[in-house]
Amino acid sequence: MAELRVKGVRQAFDGLTVIDGVSLTVAPGEIACLLGPSGCGKTTLFHVIAGLARPDSGTVELDGRDITGAPGNLAYMLQKDLLLPHKTIIDNVALPLVLKGEAPVAARERARGLFETFGLAGTERRWPAELSGGMRQRAALLRSYLFNQEFMLLDEPFSALDAFTKADMHRWFLEMADAFGTTALVITHDIDEAVKIADAIHVMRGAPQVGVPTRITGSVRVGCPRGERADFALSPEFLDVKRRVTELLRG
Amino acid sequence: MPSLRGASSRRLLALAAPLTLVALVAVWQLVCSLGLVPPYLLPSPLAVVRALIADAPLLAGHTATTLAEAGVGLALGVATGLAAAIVMDRFEILYRAFYPIVVLTQTIPAVAIAPLLVLWFGYDMLPKIVLIVVSTFFPITVGVLGGFRSVDPDEIDLMRSMGATELQILRHVKFPAALPQFFSGLKISAAYAIVGAVIAEWLGGFSGLGVYMTRVRKAYSFDKMFAVILLISALSLVLMRVVELARRAAIPWDRVGSEDRR
Repeated sequence: MAELRVKGVRQAFDGLTVIDGVSLTVAPGEIACLLGPSGCGKTTLFHVIAGLARPDSGTVELDGRDITGAPGNLAYMLQKDLLLPHKTIIDNVALPLVLKGEAPVAARERARGLFETFGLAGTERRWPAELSGGMRQRAALLRSYLFNQEFMLLDEPFSALDAFTKADMHRWFLEMADAFGTTALVITHDIDEAVKIADAIHVMRGAPQVGVPTRITGSVRVGCPRGERADFALSPEFLDVKRRVTELLRG
Repeated sequence: MPSLRGASSRRLLALAAPLTLVALVAVWQLVCSLGLVPPYLLPSPLAVVRALIADAPLLAGHTATTLAEAGVGLALGVATGLAAAIVMDRFEILYRAFYPIVVLTQTIPAVAIAPLLVLWFGYDMLPKIVLIVVSTFFPITVGVLGGFRSVDPDEIDLMRSMGATELQILRHVKFPAALPQFFSGLKISAAYAIVGAVIAEWLGGFSGLGVYMTRVRKAYSFDKMFAVILLISALSLVLMRVVELARRAAIPWDRVGSEDRR
């Protein structure tokens, strides 16, 4: 289990400050959601946390180690599945292991063992173009998992899925995270989704395009245990959390 | 499901080119047989085929020379083209500095530099190979560079987030993405290679289809002239076909879901 600490991150592009003074902590084993309107700078923050961009100020720590501006320390699943069209599913999924220097045969063998768990059995030799959106998303998740099961950054992992597939994926994702003890930070702009899957919701607000840098305006904890999430959406507590989140979004 | 009408019209489309070719050759034969054009100006198709068969052993030797030059030149041209694309992709400054010059080299007609190359490098294989390299590397460079640049920047970000090195990104993402454009370029380069070899031989050499061509031209044997033209076209077509087959073998994922498009 891993712990992430983001401290006072500020990032500007072309003189325009996108995010400012962003601090948050994701406790070991926790699923945290980053909620905010489109274009507010959630992805910018993820690029900083993933080490793809060095922030103008602030630091990122993983388990107390400074990883600011250093990629390759945690799994980052971008908004698109980004499966390589020229590799079969198993080779796509095993790619992070190959990049780390594992022999392709051994990497495939390790990946194969997880296909069942990730609901991908039988797709090993297929091309990405042959899979449905949900399956591609599972494959992308498995790839991220194989890169680093300790900590995952997920940028709108379920936004491209239809409502039924999405509900399935939510349930499955929570089971996964429980089974593997994964810590995750998930971007979403869907309030219901955040309340359904998160242990903590961090609300971001701002309009960088018009000169208002995005900050974290508040955080809400969700008390419901993972095992009781299935019926959580129908409970008064769910509505209560949703109301508090909505108030934070409105300011 | 294609309708019956669709199937028969597709068959007609597939036959359009061969039927036109047969008709044109028939008209050509008719014009010659009726004596509308004197044979020393335009040999009949039958005469051309007869010349091709009569000179077959001689042509085989010349063909071997031309193919050897084209093969070596094309291989070096492809290697040069790939290297140029990789270096220009990696270092933007080199792209800025050299790309315009590379484009400039392509505006110089091969016939214009071939005599110079013969002057500098003699009558052997070297000037031919240099000419072929110069005329074949460009389609490869342009195609592969375009392919590299077609890669989704998010894909590169993902690779970097997984700690991939530049070399790994090139190997796993950029190069496979550039394969379709690489093969489009290779098809053009393959045709250029044969033409380049013939032009270079034409301007000086001891053996090759270009040399044969100058000899039969000086002897006013136009049937043989046409025969060698036919042979050169056939060689180019075969080479392009080989490239197409290699493309299909190298890009198996391209067939997925594209059955309808073809």
